[in-house]
Amino acid sequence: MDSFVNWSLLALSAPGWGGVLLQGFLHSIEIALGGYALGLLLGVGGAFGKLYGGPVLRDLLECYTTVVRAVPELVLILLLYYAGTDLLNQLLGLVGLGTVDISGLMAGVFVIGVVQGAYSTEVLRGAIKAVPAGQIEAARAYGMSPAKVLRRITLPAMLPHAIPGLANLWLIATKDTALLAVVGFAELTLVTRQAAGATKAYFLFFCAAGALYLALTLVSNLVIGVIERHARQGFVEQR
Amino acid sequence: MNNETTHALALSPEDIPKAESFFKPHRIVLIILFVGLVLSIAILMRWDWLPRYLPQLGNGILVSLAMLFTTSLLGFLIAVPLGLAQVTGPWFLKVPARLFCTVIRGTPLLLQLWLLYYGLGSLFPQFPAIRQSFLWPYLREAWPYGIAALTISFAAYEGEVMRGAFAGVPKGELEAAHAYGMGRWTLFRRIWLPRAVHRALPTLTGETVLQLKSTPLVATITVVDVYAVISKVRQETYLTYEPLLLLALVYMCLTGLLVLAFRYLENRIPTRGA
Repeated sequence: MDSFVNWSLLALSAPGWGGVLLQGFLHSIEIALGGYALGLLLGVGGAFGKLYGGPVLRDLLECYTTVVRAVPELVLILLLYYAGTDLLNQLLGLVGLGTVDISGLMAGVFVIGVVQGAYSTEVLRGAIKAVPAGQIEAARAYGMSPAKVLRRITLPAMLPHAIPGLANLWLIATKDTALLAVVGFAELTLVTRQAAGATKAYFLFFCAAGALYLALTLVSNLVIGVIERHARQGFVEQR
Repeated sequence: MNNETTHALALSPEDIPKAESFFKPHRIVLIILFVGLVLSIAILMRWDWLPRYLPQLGNGILVSLAMLFTTSLLGFLIAVPLGLAQVTGPWFLKVPARLFCTVIRGTPLLLQLWLLYYGLGSLFPQFPAIRQSFLWPYLREAWPYGIAALTISFAAYEGEVMRGAFAGVPKGELEAAHAYGMGRWTLFRRIWLPRAVHRALPTLTGETVLQLKSTPLVATITVVDVYAVISKVRQETYLTYEPLLLLALVYMCLTGLLVLAFRYLENRIPTRGA
């Protein structure tokens, strides 16, 4: 070893692997964003189902959140990745549309979304329950319809309670994308491993990928801080 | 960072239902449906491979549990000084502790694991001093890297929790202990640490459950835990769903037992009010 670190390996163009790494990073962010959005949708539905749904719906949702929170993400990802694509193809086969190739991106978004959905259900449910009942009763007493109560009172009032949990979920989503490396999706972690394996510069590439993930986390934290301050306007600071 | 919410993400003792509230008419129907589903899975799917792999599965579960308990214990032992350093330490302890927690919490565990295993694992053989040391037989194996990565991760997450717990012990209690003439060490051992652990216990439950859910990652560096056994079954039998369903069931049982154990532990500590 003449030089301890060969920085040219990180060059953006062909002999270097920097461009490949950034491409993988982009894929990671895409999946995290898509999965988080899908999870949020599922979470809103799940939270309202759990709070206002009938007993059967409530129990089914309880099963969903309990199973997801009890089984490792890695196992869920494998199960959903294979079962999800297989079931979709079988459904399409039944309808008579033939099979489709599901892109890794869609499958990744679906898998992360289902996992995130269970967690955001719990976060949002807790946040909605934290809204003082008196405020909602007051809104009802003013004659607001349920949709209006939701839009004008429940959602804005629960947001400050939900943001810390949702922020955590975003950070978890960004890091859960790394697990897709195990099913062979070319996101940052897998690309890093390939680059490291090809060049034997393990430390350099894993540290570079770590720096990218860390940068994403730190930037996210800054943005979250701004959002949180905005949402907390007019709220009495607790503790 | 918002640590008070992290424990809401893991399964907690309140999530396991109590028996008395369990039997309502709609639940009985759901249970019958569920039993039907389980029976159809058991009858319609292929389970003939199960007896052959049962001993290996048992071993795998033991390896997973060993990973969980050693790394949680070691991680907790590191987390206490980490939390303490962040609350009372001078800046040259505070800053590294803070940095450690931020870096570890900001990067995926899988990446850290692979950095240790592939990175250090490829670096160590280049040094003859390490090759000849008594540690070499262990450093050639995969499990020390797995334990190191999981321990570091648990320490970082739990270090943040302990920081909050140490800071949250009421000042008056510490002052009272001081007034009784306790030395710094006695005060820490008798008052500060037990009160902090007590406060952190619900979060600790969550973190331990999350740690159990992280253990299958060590299978990616060739440690033969229960996940690795199932992967082997999948490769050898060409079955997709059956082994994974069994694996999910195994983890659900393990998580359930862990949560129940923590519930027992929490109930043993008397509390007054909140």
